[in-house]
Amino acid sequence: MSILQVKHLKSYFKTEEGIVKAVDDISFELRENEVLALVGESGCGKSVSAQTIMGLLKSPPAIVEGSIKYHGKELVGLSNQVYHKLRGKEIGMIFQEPMSAFDPLYTVGEQAAEAMEVHSNLNKHEIKNKIIAMFNKVGISEAERRYDEYPHQMSGGMLQRMLIALTLSCDPKVLIADEPTTALDVTIQAQVLNLMRDLQKEFNTSIIFITHDLGVVAELSDRIHVMYAGKIVEKADVIELFDDPKHPYTKGLLASRLKKELKGQQLPFIEGTVPQAFEFPKGCRFHPRCPYAMNICKEKEPEPTVFNNSHDCSCWLYAINHTSDGVDR
Amino acid sequence: MILKGTQIKKYFPIRKGIFLQTAGYVKALESVDFELFENETLGIVGESGCGKTTLGRVITLVYSTTEGKLEYTTPENQQITVGKKLDKHQTKLYRRDVQMVFQDPFSSLDPRMTVGDILTEPLNVHRLFPNKKEKDEYVQYLLERVGLYSEYASRYPHEFSGGQRQRISIARAIALKPRAIVCDEPTSALDVSVQSQIINLLQELKDKENMAYFFISHDLDLIHHVSDRIMVMYLGSVMEEGKADELFNHASHPYTRVLMKSIPHWDPKQRKLRKVHLEGEPPSPINPPKGCPFNTRCRDVMAICKKEKPTLSNISENHSVACWLYNIKG
Repeated sequence: MSILQVKHLKSYFKTEEGIVKAVDDISFELRENEVLALVGESGCGKSVSAQTIMGLLKSPPAIVEGSIKYHGKELVGLSNQVYHKLRGKEIGMIFQEPMSAFDPLYTVGEQAAEAMEVHSNLNKHEIKNKIIAMFNKVGISEAERRYDEYPHQMSGGMLQRMLIALTLSCDPKVLIADEPTTALDVTIQAQVLNLMRDLQKEFNTSIIFITHDLGVVAELSDRIHVMYAGKIVEKADVIELFDDPKHPYTKGLLASRLKKELKGQQLPFIEGTVPQAFEFPKGCRFHPRCPYAMNICKEKEPEPTVFNNSHDCSCWLYAINHTSDGVDR
Repeated sequence: MILKGTQIKKYFPIRKGIFLQTAGYVKALESVDFELFENETLGIVGESGCGKTTLGRVITLVYSTTEGKLEYTTPENQQITVGKKLDKHQTKLYRRDVQMVFQDPFSSLDPRMTVGDILTEPLNVHRLFPNKKEKDEYVQYLLERVGLYSEYASRYPHEFSGGQRQRISIARAIALKPRAIVCDEPTSALDVSVQSQIINLLQELKDKENMAYFFISHDLDLIHHVSDRIMVMYLGSVMEEGKADELFNHASHPYTRVLMKSIPHWDPKQRKLRKVHLEGEPPSPINPPKGCPFNTRCRDVMAICKKEKPTLSNISENHSVACWLYNIKG
């Protein structure tokens, strides 16, 4: 069962340099109770996809086209007031920087309670109890005292736990986590990832996990979509993606892992840099960096080639051997 | 040897009240010893607040030490003690020889200077390349060296991505052909595919220009890859030190072991974070625990750990640990 269906989603921005195609025609679905990872480097459009689903892009300058269906309900084009009722209650989001996700002028308790004040019928006292219970659940010690403290009195790890607690307090069905552990230390990251996995099971939340860290993805996700320059280039189950990556970009990412055996040696890497969003190359957007680039790659954008019902890849290398069956993307 | 630090302490005073009386100290570094040899990479690894950045800044004279001695061996094999008493000329030479790449590429480049200006500034300060044409060519060479286009010299930092800015920082650091570079998390802002390029570049510079690195990172895999020797820090103290392979294969301090287990494995078939048992967070450096700094989170904690601080002692030739498990008296 899919809970969220994204079809031909485009998020463009009008800028002085021209139209920035931050997200350019992506399609995917989020199934119930799964962790779907959107993986890619900076500027690949993974965060913009998240913001589009959350309805956080302001138009103008943003132009959003395509369709996002949540439980069959179309989200693209909804007014802000209608969105307001969904945001936080049905779809929650955890941001990358816990320090900047909180307002320094209010206590964490006040901020955590705000979402519930909007979305639930509970009174203030009940809300406070619920938040404190949630704080306890995410492992905040002395939650009652912490409730009345300010963000600057917390560590990054604690704030991120609190952010998770407040996001889950309204029991959203979909949780979008945008690099939730990038700003944290490894030992704290391990704690937060374990926590997210536990909570996902307990609350039956479907998670879109956005990250650039393939190690984190391997630990947590069920399926992976690899993004590059505004496109999804490969989709696969987590084990299959690590075992049998198809797209040259995915292969390059996996090869850039630091392995013990390669100590001190030249690391394999992907040539060049990520292209700027207003000057994406023609044809396959990866072709200037691709070691296998052919003539057709410079001319025409590849369509997805389907390997099995959970694995496909948009690359001309495979389009020749398999017949492209016009899969909806 | 290029650099030697002995018993380096750095305390930051906390001032309170209208008379700004010292109310306490943030004890960022507690008696750290280190040595950096020529053409060597010394990796410093630890979590935020462990003092690794402070140590890097002490070395680059951004901070002065509270206590302890920092000695520099000049190319002419002359020993000088770096610090406040050092005369201007020698300080300038020291700064030329020991450069830095900062952690945050968004705040380490002046937004009002073009990339060309940023790269020419050190050349002007140290009066290299009096000829403008040569200077411009050198700037272009520097940009290409770090994987950017030479036309970027006329652009401003805000026009670049975080990764590209970090390359500019690296170009600025290598502009004066230093002997040692303090790299403070140089790749943590970079994309994975770009990180390898930068690491390869740093490695190449090390081999070709005989560079030494003081490489600070929280990323154990990365530290292992680049370092000849590694120091593991926690709350201002060195917990474990050793040759990279030795330390990795025979991690001995309970903290080092937990740190290693916390790195996500790139293998979905072997999810292992479940097995990490480390509760809590590092204590505050204002009120560090008595005894071993790790005793509040350590699973193997003993009575002595809470009373006395263990010192670094050798457990094998190239490997020393500060832990009572290996340091039983008598």
